[in-house]
Amino acid sequence: MTKNLKNPQTVEFKNRPKIIGNYAIVGPKEGAGNFGEYFDYVMKSDLFGEKTYEKAERKMVEHALVGAIDCAMLTPRDVSLLLAGDLLNQIISSSYAARSFDMPYLGLFGACSTMAESLAIGASLVDGGYFKNVACSTVSHFSTAERQFRFPLELGNQRPPTSQWTATAAGCSILSLQGKGPCITKATFGKVTDFGIKDVNNMGAAMAPAIDIIGLCGMILPRISNTKI
Amino acid sequence: MNDLEKNKKYNAYVEAKIPKTRAFPSLFNSFWVGGLICLLGQGINDGLLAIFPNMAEQTAWGYTLIVLIFLASFLTGLGVYDRIGRFAGGGSIVPITGFSNSITSPALDFHSEGIIYGLCVKMFSIAGPVIVVGIISSILVGLIYLII
Repeated sequence: MTKNLKNPQTVEFKNRPKIIGNYAIVGPKEGAGNFGEYFDYVMKSDLFGEKTYEKAERKMVEHALVGAIDCAMLTPRDVSLLLAGDLLNQIISSSYAARSFDMPYLGLFGACSTMAESLAIGASLVDGGYFKNVACSTVSHFSTAERQFRFPLELGNQRPPTSQWTATAAGCSILSLQGKGPCITKATFGKVTDFGIKDVNNMGAAMAPAIDIIGLCGMILPRISNTKI
Repeated sequence: MNDLEKNKKYNAYVEAKIPKTRAFPSLFNSFWVGGLICLLGQGINDGLLAIFPNMAEQTAWGYTLIVLIFLASFLTGLGVYDRIGRFAGGGSIVPITGFSNSITSPALDFHSEGIIYGLCVKMFSIAGPVIVVGIISSILVGLIYLII
């Protein structure tokens, strides 16, 4: 791994870690959207056959992880590290999901940037040769996030036009130096940017200046040199 | 340009760009739905007095409130009240039905964490501040009344 000298926040991966397997699972609302056909699995109900939304969220991580491992044609034993995160207190969905797998686990919290964060850290670890196959995952669930950060689901309040809708979705990618897939060439680690937006219902305006952080995702994706998958 | 100035400028920019809720439709909807709930309350009150002619008027008020609270709570449980609220806004929040909804909805959400530590603890998470403000203002008004 060499540091890009022009921008000390950006790292360049010499060995080009590849995304050899991926899996996305989404809720019914996301499945009905424009990208519905691209997801691997669309849940029929937000509860995903569980009793609570939190348990459903946990099951989504497990489902995504197993799916990505299958997609990479590996077994859970081959995964040497799991990097995962979510929006709940103590990143509990990911931590409980990691409990059911026999693999080392690092919990990440980056809110909206958790997926990009896990990919950047995972790519660094794989590129450095410290881990062979790293699983990078993230999950969020509208109903659990709403309960934790905003109001109860059944409360009869109005949503302002700027309010966001937390996605009900989980995704997982397996990074490795061996195998075929799009590769990660560079990653930029962002700084926290706060322009003083105080309106909790306008997360878009609060996050827009954080181009350094969210930009991470954008930095990786256009630079993926797509090989035959 | 220092940070404070930059933040101010950005906030002003955001303020200018964000879509606003249109005042007239939301006021109109909250007006007629709120009115309808009040009409329903009056209907229940009159109905009670018609069925039980010997009932004192104040007792009938109490029963009317109980019926309205039950109805709102029941509709919350069925998942209907939040839709009414999304449509009517203040029209369904201000009457006592909104208060009932604000207690039932966290109770439903936190039921999964247990009866005592979930439901009982979180039940008043939305209605609690309203009760606190109500009690404090009643004390203040009482004190003013005592002095006058």
